[in-house]
Amino acid sequence: MPQAAATSDLPLVTQICYLVASALFILSLKWLSAPSTSRRGVLVGEIGMGVAILGTLMMPEIKAFQWIIVTLLVGTAVGVPLAMLMPMTAVPQRTALSHSFGGLAVGCVGAAEYYMRVRHHQSIERFTMGVLSLEVLLGFLTFTGSLMAFGKLQELLPSRPLVYRGQNFINLTLLVIAIGVGVWLTIDPTKQSLFPVFVVMSLLFGVLLIIPIGGADMPTVISLLNSYAGMSASAMGFVLDNKLLIIAGALDGSSGFILSIIMCKAMNRSFTNVLFGAFGQATTVTAGSIEKKSYRSALPKGAAQILSSATSVVIVPGYGMAVAQAQHRVRELSDLLTKRGIDVKFGIHPVAGRMPGHMNVLLAEADIPYDKLAEMEDVNPEMSHTDVVLVIGANDVTNPAARHDKSSPIYGMPIIDCDKARTVMVIKRSMSSGFAGIDNELYYMDKTLMLFGDAKGFVGEMVKALSSGD
Amino acid sequence: MTSLMPNLYVFLLATFLGFEVIRRVSPLLHTPLMSLTNAISAISLVGSLVVLGSQKDTLSTILGAVAVTASTINVVSGFLITDRMLRMFKKRKTNDAASSSH
Repeated sequence: MPQAAATSDLPLVTQICYLVASALFILSLKWLSAPSTSRRGVLVGEIGMGVAILGTLMMPEIKAFQWIIVTLLVGTAVGVPLAMLMPMTAVPQRTALSHSFGGLAVGCVGAAEYYMRVRHHQSIERFTMGVLSLEVLLGFLTFTGSLMAFGKLQELLPSRPLVYRGQNFINLTLLVIAIGVGVWLTIDPTKQSLFPVFVVMSLLFGVLLIIPIGGADMPTVISLLNSYAGMSASAMGFVLDNKLLIIAGALDGSSGFILSIIMCKAMNRSFTNVLFGAFGQATTVTAGSIEKKSYRSALPKGAAQILSSATSVVIVPGYGMAVAQAQHRVRELSDLLTKRGIDVKFGIHPVAGRMPGHMNVLLAEADIPYDKLAEMEDVNPEMSHTDVVLVIGANDVTNPAARHDKSSPIYGMPIIDCDKARTVMVIKRSMSSGFAGIDNELYYMDKTLMLFGDAKGFVGEMVKALSSGD
Repeated sequence: MTSLMPNLYVFLLATFLGFEVIRRVSPLLHTPLMSLTNAISAISLVGSLVVLGSQKDTLSTILGAVAVTASTINVVSGFLITDRMLRMFKKRKTNDAASSSH
């Protein structure tokens, strides 16, 4: 009896559809590389998906359509509001949630495939069963792991790392046992009682893997889960002998992997360091050693005056700007300054925000043209001849200690060199140290002015001062 | 078993191609990139449809129904939100460019 979706047994129409879809997916990602062609990329991806679905529905194996129609409608009914109503600040949560849906789908298909074959006494080749185990493991651990990430980002769960004694040992043991069960199933697929155990262990491992990871590490974790989701889809392709799935999964897998590497580099940390939650432990030491140091502060009017007399301004946004929903006020400020002939740029650190590229989306939503959004490498060489740097809701990514203080937990992390500008202004709620508990020496420099208040309110008042100023 | 080696070649080539294509994506667009690849990897919908549509037994129908629903959500919301984000990325207006390029 032929397997459900083995490519070699597919009708020719379906095979052609899959071939076309593969090409369209590759083009889709290629066109995404530049803003000018990116929307074409989405359109081509949508067509590819439509072609693949049509090709699948033409397969003779598909006998009943009533449930397919119902589930497609339900999925669409949930998917449309999820995409159209989601505020841009919540995009990291949405992404985590969709990784979790992806993992769930892959895990379910893997489980169904296993039971269909075992119960109908089809032989399962050893390699197929091995990949099926991998598919189920990756699928279900992505499902629960991404749900945990979603919970942390949505602040349903504490976003601080949850660390306990022997954590790494417990996680590692669990993983080893899960792999052991997977290998056992691969050797003897008829051991049906082991399969639910394997599923539960995969689910549990996903939870334990994400618990020790803190909010500031979310960009790396989301990228890594993205990669897992792709890999699991690819594994499904091997089980079903379907090359379209292999290709699409591999594209997603490599994309997530590249993003994880970029994020790790931007924090000067290794994968193992992020995954085993060393950040939360290392920082508790420095948090106690903060001494009273002097700093200068300014009011909105004074800050606005300094900005208006500058010729070049770099704004450095961070997650705090997103939390305060200040991006629209920031755009007004940038517009007013630009109108006065001041050169305004945004300096964006790769890990600013809660997922790769998060700040760019928020600023684009606020109608800031994308050619004003500069990457860290482009903005740093210009810092020494920049008049004013305005830091809004960013902390660790501006801390000069990362360059010279070997005892600092963030030592070696590439930063935006705010301290090299002529004047530094930092909008902050109070002097209390930030999320990671590291004191920022930037705040105590002679050329630094602290602007205390809520980011949205403070920038709003600066806008008022500037527009009534002359 | 005969299809294993060709499939491994396909996987290998697709992974390298993925690295080359995605390396070129500007950091500006990393969030849309993630939501687009997310939508594309919801191609697992194809496998889910076969499980649901072949109606072998109750268990596989239930699992298939969950899988189709979950991956449809990803397909629909993934493509829509990517396009919604990309629509926001605009170039500087011409009068702005004139005033700041002195």
